[in-house]
Amino acid sequence: MTMVYDEALDAFEPVLGLETHVELGTRSKMFCGCKTTFGAPPNTQVCPTCLALPGALPTANTMAIESTIRIGLALNCSIAEWCRFARKNYFYPDMPKNYQISQYDEPLCFDGYVDVEVDGKTVRIEIERVHLEEDTGKSTHVGGATGRIHGADYSIVDYNRAGIPLVEIVTKPIPGTDRLAPEVARAYVTELREIMRSLGVSDVRMEEGSLRCDVNVSLMPRGASEWGTRTETKNVNSLRSVERAVRSEIERQAGVLTDGGKIVQETRHFHEDTGTTTSGRSKEEAQDYRYFPEPDLVPIAPDPDWVAELKAALPELPSVRRKRLQDEWGLSDLDMQAMHNADAIDLVEATVAAGAPPADARKWWMGELARRANETGTPLADLPITPADIARVTELVASGALNDKLAREVLEGVLAGEGTPDEVVEKRGLQIVNDEGELSAIIDQVLADNADAADKVRSGKIAAAGALVGGVMRASKGKADAARARQLILEKLGVSE
Amino acid sequence: MSLIRKTAAELASMIAAGEVSSVEVAEAHLDRMAEVEPKVKAFLHVDRETTIEQAQAVDTRLRAGEKLGPLAGVPIAHKDIFTTRDMPTTAASKILEGWRPPYDATVTKRLREAGLVILGKTNLDEFAMGSSTENSAFHPTRNPWDLTKVPGGSSGGSSAAVAAYEAPLSTGTDTGGSIRQPASVTGIVGMKPTYGGSSRYGLIAFASSLDTPGPFARNVLDAALLQEAFSGHDPMDSTSIDAPVPSVVEAARNADVAGMRIGVLKEFGGEGFQPGVLARYNETVQLLESLGAKVVEVSCPSFTVALYAYYLVAPSECSSNLARFDAMRYGLRAGDDGTRSAEEVMALTRAAGFGPEVKRRIMLGTYALSSGYYDAYYGQAQKVRTVISREFEAAYQQVDVLVSPTTPTTAFAIGERVDDPMAMYLADLCTIPSNLAGNAAISVPCGLAEEDGLPVGLQIMAPVLADDRCYRVGAAVEQALESRWGGPLLKEAPSL
Repeated sequence: MTMVYDEALDAFEPVLGLETHVELGTRSKMFCGCKTTFGAPPNTQVCPTCLALPGALPTANTMAIESTIRIGLALNCSIAEWCRFARKNYFYPDMPKNYQISQYDEPLCFDGYVDVEVDGKTVRIEIERVHLEEDTGKSTHVGGATGRIHGADYSIVDYNRAGIPLVEIVTKPIPGTDRLAPEVARAYVTELREIMRSLGVSDVRMEEGSLRCDVNVSLMPRGASEWGTRTETKNVNSLRSVERAVRSEIERQAGVLTDGGKIVQETRHFHEDTGTTTSGRSKEEAQDYRYFPEPDLVPIAPDPDWVAELKAALPELPSVRRKRLQDEWGLSDLDMQAMHNADAIDLVEATVAAGAPPADARKWWMGELARRANETGTPLADLPITPADIARVTELVASGALNDKLAREVLEGVLAGEGTPDEVVEKRGLQIVNDEGELSAIIDQVLADNADAADKVRSGKIAAAGALVGGVMRASKGKADAARARQLILEKLGVSE
Repeated sequence: MSLIRKTAAELASMIAAGEVSSVEVAEAHLDRMAEVEPKVKAFLHVDRETTIEQAQAVDTRLRAGEKLGPLAGVPIAHKDIFTTRDMPTTAASKILEGWRPPYDATVTKRLREAGLVILGKTNLDEFAMGSSTENSAFHPTRNPWDLTKVPGGSSGGSSAAVAAYEAPLSTGTDTGGSIRQPASVTGIVGMKPTYGGSSRYGLIAFASSLDTPGPFARNVLDAALLQEAFSGHDPMDSTSIDAPVPSVVEAARNADVAGMRIGVLKEFGGEGFQPGVLARYNETVQLLESLGAKVVEVSCPSFTVALYAYYLVAPSECSSNLARFDAMRYGLRAGDDGTRSAEEVMALTRAAGFGPEVKRRIMLGTYALSSGYYDAYYGQAQKVRTVISREFEAAYQQVDVLVSPTTPTTAFAIGERVDDPMAMYLADLCTIPSNLAGNAAISVPCGLAEEDGLPVGLQIMAPVLADDRCYRVGAAVEQALESRWGGPLLKEAPSL
C-alpha cells in the first residue's frame, strides 16, 4: 500500500539524485556534419557516420565541447585538463553503432554545485559530473496497447536524432531536503533549465525532449545514517512531473517499507496520466556496458587559457540576475519568487526595458495576464502580447489617456488580436473623455435625469455624489475621467468637499 | 617487355608521354587476370566494364591537359575493406555480401582523384582477421609462388594480385602485420605507414587503434609513390595526424644507408624461426653493414609478450566495431519472418553472417572488456602497449631503424594452420610491436629460403612519422640485392 505523503515523511527521510540530459542546440550533430533541425521528415538528416555505415568515423563537434565546458563552468565545476570519450556497448535498434559514444570515468566537467531557493531556503545541490555524449535515434512501436516495444506489431526508427549532442548532468546524492524533496527536485531542474537558456546552449524544451530527467529516490528511516536502496525513474518530461514523480515514489517506497517489504534497485517508468511509477528493468538483469576508451577519437585537452576565457565570458547567471533585478525593482523575496515560479521575470524585465515602471510591469504580468494564462493553460510568454504592448498601456495610463478599466479593455483587445494598444484604443474608441464641453453636457443630462440625487448633494449630502459620478461613467461608457467628473458635478451644484 | 611486367612508375611515365593509354594498360592487366585468376583467386570483385570506363575517363582528362598525380592512369587493386562507391564492398564477409557503399573511403577517393584506375576488390581474411586469407567467407587465395601455399593475410588478395602481375599496385590494411606478412611471403614490398599517417575513413574497422592503410608494390619506389598519393591529414579521421610527413618518394630514391645506425632486435631471430629465413636475414644485415651502416644489437624484452597484448586489444575493439552489423540498416538479414523480435533477428543474422574466426575474436573481446575482467585483460594489455612504446623509444635513442625478419617462416600450406589459431597468430610475432606502438614498418624481399625456395622478407621499423627511413633502407637493400640477383626476386617465381 502506498502511504499518504505526510505520513511517509513522518517515518522516513528521502535522499534524491537527478540525472538530466540536455540536447545541445548546435547546428550540426556531435560526430558528423548532419543538421539537427527538430521535426524534419524521418531519416533525412543522416549520413554514413550517424547511420554507422561500415568504415565511417566520428569527428567531435568543437562547438559541443565548448558548450559543455560553459555548462560546467556555470555549474561551478572543475574542467578536466585531459579526458576521453568512451564507448558504452549495448544492442538496440535505434542505436546505429550498437554502442553510444559517451564518457565514462573521465568526464569533461566534475565537482560543481548549484544553489536553488525553495520556500525561502537556499539548498545547495552538488554536481558530480557533466559529460558529453550522443543521442540515439527514435523508435516508434506500432500496434500493441502500450506504445512500448513489447506487444508491438512492428517498430520504425528515425535516425535524425541519432548523434545529436547530449550533455548529461549528474548530481551527487542530495540528503536533507526532508518534506521539500519534490519541490527541491523541481526547483533544481527549473534552475538548470534557466542556466541553459542564459548560456544559449539549448532550447531546453521538455515537451520536445531536449531536456529529459531521470529521478533517483531512496528512503531511510528517520534518524538512520545509512541510505536506503534507490530506484531510478526514467524520462520524467515536465517540471510538474519531476515533482510528482518524487512525491509518488516517496509514497510508494514508504508503503513498501512500512509493510516490511524491500525496495528493489530498478528502473521505473513514470506515467503522466496517473502520476505514478511502474517497475521497468531491474538492475539484476542490468547490462554490462563494457566501457572502454573510444579509439576513433583523440582525447580532449582543453587549453586552460581558453577555459579561462570561456569562464570570463559567461553571461550573468539566472540566480545572480534575479538578485540584481530584485534589488533594482525593490521587490520582496515573496514577490520575486512568485514571479520566478510564474516564469514572468524575463517578461517583466523586458517590459521595464520598454519603459514601464517595475511595479506596473509586475502588476500587469502577475495579475491580469497571469490570470488569463491560467485560464487558457498557456505559458505566460506564449500569450499574444508583448512587453512593449504592456509598456505602452502603462504609459497611456500614466498620461491619463486611459484609466485602469479602459487599460484592461485595451489588453483584452490586444489579446484578441485586434492590433497594438494604440490601434485597439482607436478601433474601440477607448479614449478617456477629456473634452470638457462633452463631459459638461453629459453631466447636465445626468443631473437632469437624477434630480433627487442632485438635490441631496445640494443640501450638503456630498456622499450622494457617488451615484451621480456612476451615472456619468455609465453614460460615457466608462470613458470619462471619474475624478474630473466629480469635481465638475460639485461645482455645478455649488458645493465643495 | 609486356605492360604487366612494368613498374608503376614506368607505366605512369609511358601514359604521361602518350606512349600507351590508360585503357591499354588496364586491358593488359584485365587480360592477365582472366588468364591467372582461376589459379590465384586474388579478387572478390572484378568488373571489366567499370574499370575500362574509369581508364577512358582518365585518358580523357590527361588528353585535356589536366594535371593529375604522378601515378595517373596506372591501375590498382583495392583490398575489399575500403569502401568504393561503384563496386561492392564486403570485407570478405557473408554479412556484407552484395553491399554497395554510397561513399568512397578517403584512400580510394584520393587515388581516384589522382587518376588511378580500379581493377577490382581483392580477397582478405574476413574483416581482416587472419594471416592466410583462408578466413575469407568466399574462397581462399593462393600464393603465386606455390599454389598450395597461402599468400599471407589478411591482405592476401592484394599481395597475390601484385605478385602474380595482375596489378602493379594494391592497397592493404595492416592491423598486426596484414600488409608486411603477405608482402614477405609473396616476395613483394609492403609498407605499414605510421598510424594516423593514412586515413582510416571508409576502411571497415577491425581494431581502430591499430588499423593502418598501406601500399603493396613490386618495388620500393612504387610503394612510396602509392603511399604518397593517398597519405596526409584527413579531417574525416580524428586520429589522422595533422603534421608534415617527410617525403617517402624522395627517400626511396635516396638508397643510401652510409652512417645510418641499424638495430638488430635480439628478441626476433632465435627459436621458432625457420633456418632458411634466418640465413637470408643475417646475410641482409651483413649486406647493410657492407653498405656503410652501423649495426648494433638492441633488446626490447617486452616484444615477446606483444602478441598476447595484441590478442586482447584487437579483439576488444573488434567486439565493439562489429556490433553495427545487426541486420537493421544494411547487409544480411536472417530469420526475419514477421514473428521474431528485432533482438532475435540480430542474433540469427550475426550467427549466420560471421565466420568462426570473427566469432572467436568477438567472444574474446567481449570477455576481455567485461566488468570484473577489464583491468586484468584490456587494462593490462594497454599497459603492455605503453611499455612496448617506451622500449621502442629507448631503442630509437640508439639507432635510426630496427630490423628483423618480417615473419618467422615462409609461406605455409593452405589448410596447415586453420585448426591451430595459436600457430596462425605466431605468423605476426615480429610485426605486431610496430602496430601496438603506431610506428612505421616495411617489408622488402631479401631472398629465397634454401629449404623451400620461397620468399623471405626483411622488416625495417622506424619511429612515428619517420616512414622515410623505412623507404631509404628498403631501397638500399633492394638496390644491392637486385644487382646481386640480376633483377627483382619475382623473376624467380614460376610462371603461372
